[in-house]
Amino acid sequence: MSVRGKAFIAGAYEHPLRTIPNKTVQQVHAEVAAGALADAGLSLSDVDAYFCAGDAPGFGALSMAEYLGLELTHIDNTETGGSSYLLHVQHAAEAIAAGHCHVALITLAGLPRSSGAGIGGAGRFGSAPEVSFENFFGLSIVAGYAMAARRHMYEFGTTSKQLAEIKVAAASHAQHNPNAFLQNVVTIEEVLQSKMVADPLHMLDCCVVTDGGGALVVVSPEVARKLSRQCVPVLGTGFAVKHVNNGRIDLTHTGAVVSGPRAFAEAGLTPSDICYASIYDSFTITVLTTLEDLGFCEKGKGGEFVSNGALQAPFGKLPFNTDGGGLCNNHPSNRGGITKVIEAVRQLRNEAHPAVQVPNCQFALAHGTGGNLATRMGSATLILGQEV
Amino acid sequence: MSFLPLADVEVNNETQPFWDALRNNTLMLPRCTACQSVVWYPRAHCPVCFSTQLQWEEMSGRGTVYSYSIVAKGNGRWKESGPYVVAYVELAEGPRILTNIVGVAPTDVHINMPVVAVFDTGDDGRVLLRFGASPEI
Ligand SMILES: [Zn+2]
Repeated sequence: MSVRGKAFIAGAYEHPLRTIPNKTVQQVHAEVAAGALADAGLSLSDVDAYFCAGDAPGFGALSMAEYLGLELTHIDNTETGGSSYLLHVQHAAEAIAAGHCHVALITLAGLPRSSGAGIGGAGRFGSAPEVSFENFFGLSIVAGYAMAARRHMYEFGTTSKQLAEIKVAAASHAQHNPNAFLQNVVTIEEVLQSKMVADPLHMLDCCVVTDGGGALVVVSPEVARKLSRQCVPVLGTGFAVKHVNNGRIDLTHTGAVVSGPRAFAEAGLTPSDICYASIYDSFTITVLTTLEDLGFCEKGKGGEFVSNGALQAPFGKLPFNTDGGGLCNNHPSNRGGITKVIEAVRQLRNEAHPAVQVPNCQFALAHGTGGNLATRMGSATLILGQEV
Repeated sequence: MSFLPLADVEVNNETQPFWDALRNNTLMLPRCTACQSVVWYPRAHCPVCFSTQLQWEEMSGRGTVYSYSIVAKGNGRWKESGPYVVAYVELAEGPRILTNIVGVAPTDVHINMPVVAVFDTGDDGRVLLRFGASPEI
């Protein structure tokens, strides 16, 4: 079953704060829910489906449904890390197409900045069967991505300077976002001279740690027609799991190799049709590998592709993460993901900052990478448009 | 032993022979008798063909570095370890496994470097499988 054109993003909202010291996580969920519903022109009582991931407080999504005060016919707390929220859009579209619901609310919130959980903190999944074989070697999250970067460099000649281009582009966008956690532009040299965290990744190859959150409202075509707000149709969806595969892991590719073609096939589009891309940017290497895997360039040519300002809006080859991305703007709950969809919606509505708005942005792609490039991940691709 | 932290691993009925073998300075992994895959990490079935007919087999303990990172400063108990190397080592028998490279200057580690198993054992009997530079053959 294709969901092409069967569901619309009617509301999108990103919490404006990046440090939220005096609120509960559930409170931030409620604030972003209110923001997205207001954006759509809908109210809490219109919602009949609710989605959150495994990091939301409570028992699956049930606790949050009760806390928010929702009456539901559909619920989903699929957990695939930072890609969860893109997969939630796919699941919402499928549930809407199947007639299970009409108005789906998706929320993300987290307070890692105020609670002190930085990049590279210990995982929460103590009972996982792989733990005793992975977790006792000082494998920080950065170190995992660093191993992926090292292998990419070895196989394809990718350089730290090419990775730095990705941060430079994100920072050039973030200077226009008054809510961005980091709003300063940076040079390639500044990235290369920043502290080496896990060789070959520097401090400025890493995303920010922020409090915050975001929400989306996905609705049926019938609901969309009644709303005055521009609704963004879901044109293509793709998802894939990639894991260590009985110890035969290949560190140079992501699940986007599978999720990308699925999404493009459903949308009836190719990479050259995409005007703007939100690419999950936990680290610079995440972006480079994902761009290759989605087919924006040949495998191994990502370094060349991102060079010379190719990712910089509005006139680069492929403007990306015009909000500043996870590298500069926001990575709430140490995962972000939902912010990738939100900025894609802004671009399609012509509501990005004028300095980074892509002219005539007809088709946008959003991609999430949840988990770790060095072990297991859920990869989710969405293709959105201005109209069906 | 190396200077890196050891850990209280979780040993269960699926993984007991692996940890027992490490304490005897041998590397044992299950091999699937149906499809011949060496299984990593150890478990009661083969994730390639789902057979439960596995046999524990001694591995050579030899491998090469598939990828690595020098971590400048670790978290928690690793904070005082100084720069250390996290790596994927590809065993001669196939699996790529997460580990540390020890007994070598981190800056001397490189991809494809030949390595051998180091049964990193503490006074308290705790043991982790790490790897060190292979003596030149
Ligand atoms: Zn088998």
